[in-house]
Amino acid sequence: MTATFDPPAPRAPVAAPDRPGRLSRAVVHGWVMTRRNLLHAVRSPAEPLLTLFIPLMMVLVFGFVFGEGMAHPGTGGADGFRAFLMPGIFVMAMLYSVSATATGVSMDSSRAVIGRFRSMPMAASALLTGRAAADMLRALLETAVLVGCGLLIGWRWEGTAVEAVQAIGLLLLFRFAMTWVGIYLGLVTSDPDVVGLIVYPLAFPLGVVSTTFTPPELMPGVLGAVAEWNPVSSVVNAMRELFGNPGVGGDSWVAAHPVLMAVLWPLAILAVCVPPALARFRNLSR
Amino acid sequence: MDDPVITATALRKRNGATRALDGFDLAVPRGAVLALLGPNGAGKTTAVEILATLRRADSGRACVAGFDVAREPDRVRERIGLAGQYAAVDELLTGRANLVMFGRLNGLGAAAARRRADELLERFALTEAAGRRVDGYSGGMRRRLDLAASLTRDPQVLFLDEPTTGLDPRSRNGVWESVRDLVGAGTTVLLTTQYLEEADRLADRIAVLDSGAVIAEGTADELKSRIGGDQIDVVAAGAGDLGAIAAVAARISGASPQVRTDERRVSVAVSVSARIGVLGGILRELDAAGLEVEDIGVRRPTLDDVFLGLTGRAGADAPAGAERHETEEVSA
Ligand SMILES: Nc1ncnc2c1ncn2[C@@H]1O[C@H](COP(=O)(O)OP(=O)(O)OP(=O)(O)O)[C@@H](O)[C@H]1O
Ligand SMILES: [Mg+2]
Repeated sequence: MTATFDPPAPRAPVAAPDRPGRLSRAVVHGWVMTRRNLLHAVRSPAEPLLTLFIPLMMVLVFGFVFGEGMAHPGTGGADGFRAFLMPGIFVMAMLYSVSATATGVSMDSSRAVIGRFRSMPMAASALLTGRAAADMLRALLETAVLVGCGLLIGWRWEGTAVEAVQAIGLLLLFRFAMTWVGIYLGLVTSDPDVVGLIVYPLAFPLGVVSTTFTPPELMPGVLGAVAEWNPVSSVVNAMRELFGNPGVGGDSWVAAHPVLMAVLWPLAILAVCVPPALARFRNLSR
Repeated sequence: MDDPVITATALRKRNGATRALDGFDLAVPRGAVLALLGPNGAGKTTAVEILATLRRADSGRACVAGFDVAREPDRVRERIGLAGQYAAVDELLTGRANLVMFGRLNGLGAAAARRRADELLERFALTEAAGRRVDGYSGGMRRRLDLAASLTRDPQVLFLDEPTTGLDPRSRNGVWESVRDLVGAGTTVLLTTQYLEEADRLADRIAVLDSGAVIAEGTADELKSRIGGDQIDVVAAGAGDLGAIAAVAARISGASPQVRTDERRVSVAVSVSARIGVLGGILRELDAAGLEVEDIGVRRPTLDDVFLGLTGRAGADAPAGAERHETEEVSA
């Protein structure tokens, strides 16, 4: 007897899922989430472009509009001031990126897709590591654009290539710390609209009361001391030293050890931000 | 084979002041389709979310695919698929990028995830839209993508929370077909629905959920016979005949009919096996008595009827419906 109808062969029983090690799972899933965040940025490029807009505006405003007026004995004329300014602009860009990170994290935790992530055997850390990694890749790109912009307006690194790479390394370390500040802020603020804004009142004084634009000795007493110890100042000073750009000088201990401080400050910020961010994140996933 | 693949014992969960689950018990055998039927707010979504490890119960115990959902959520997650009540996909990515991403997170390699994504896109008629961002999809397309996402790795247990709400009849049939395919392949399915008809078409067993607890469980026929099976509706041509028609319906069916004056409708419950005989009997009697009818027919019971039968009140979301079932005395 010949069968005229072949019933569909039942599929093999569902194979037991292979269980990769925790670490390799965390790495793979972290990479998947990194790609997701990069795709978001590519598919809605307005936000990353706007993020770059602020530092570029600062170059224009402070380097050219105010340039001549803001020059001081340490820098010589407007050309010297622009060479003095560029490291400050690099750091400023990293500082303001906190806003984008925090908004992204906050939006993510309110998205429905999080429910699906949590119903999957996903490494929970991947959401945060993916965010941090994507941010660092973005930071590299932003730095390249800003370096290009600096070169266009006459800024140069006067030191060795190794020193220049060290300077960029310090900048990225600072960005890494800022990324975690952003992750923490994004996790504690449930409203994505608010979180993007609260960053500005925090970042603005940090950016201005620093050595970015003016030497601390030109500021009144307390402000001058704050500016000397400001983490932003340490990173800016260290980059000026490594790039061989004009600096603010000063004879305090912090002013004398900018590179050391530019390493210590971000580590301290990470030590303060990462544990509560992780704790907060674990509580969210209950 | 006969050990249940989903078990829940005395689950309790508060959502703020409401007791969303209040002593929820359930056992679903391997390879079965169980429909959780209940009105808005009954606790369907809460139950699914606890079983799918998204939320923790306040007390009670649940096991899915052999693992405790509270103690070994990762083991459970490796074995389940979930399509929640609202599509949980990444709006900013394309349909394909979504499925590839979920495949990777489900443990597939990069190439396997891409292959699986294409298969699923094909199966859910999304191939054309695959390269478009999800925020440009229609509601039905999103739902289908969400369903596809829940299948990126053949799950042992699939949870579907109101899988066909908001779908047009064609897409609805597509979903029903997929569910049947999956069950043919050995997947256990727990779905929630507000429609008895859907539960009837898809499920082997139906659990009726009310205020956080299962108040009845059985096959569709068992439930229907518990509430008296189907309904025969007679719509009178004139309001004056309602009393006489109700009397005929009562005599032939042996049950007490409900009369709704404003619709000139008499309804009477009838067992599934006897419905044709009773319908014929009523028709003949009405004819003999010269009573004119506008319409007569057998109607499947709705969720409302099931609810009324089981709880003595209408479903929570249909307060107006309660009135319909009140028997009124009509004088001839
Ligand atoms: N996030 C929440 N906060 C407070 N109460 C909630 C929340 N989610 C659900 N509830 C309440 O819990 C109860 C059960 O809700 P659930 O979503 O499980 O019902 P459901 O059966 O899925 O309803 P529907 O058919 O509308 O989807 C309801 O009374 C609802 O008001
Ligand atoms: Mg629901």
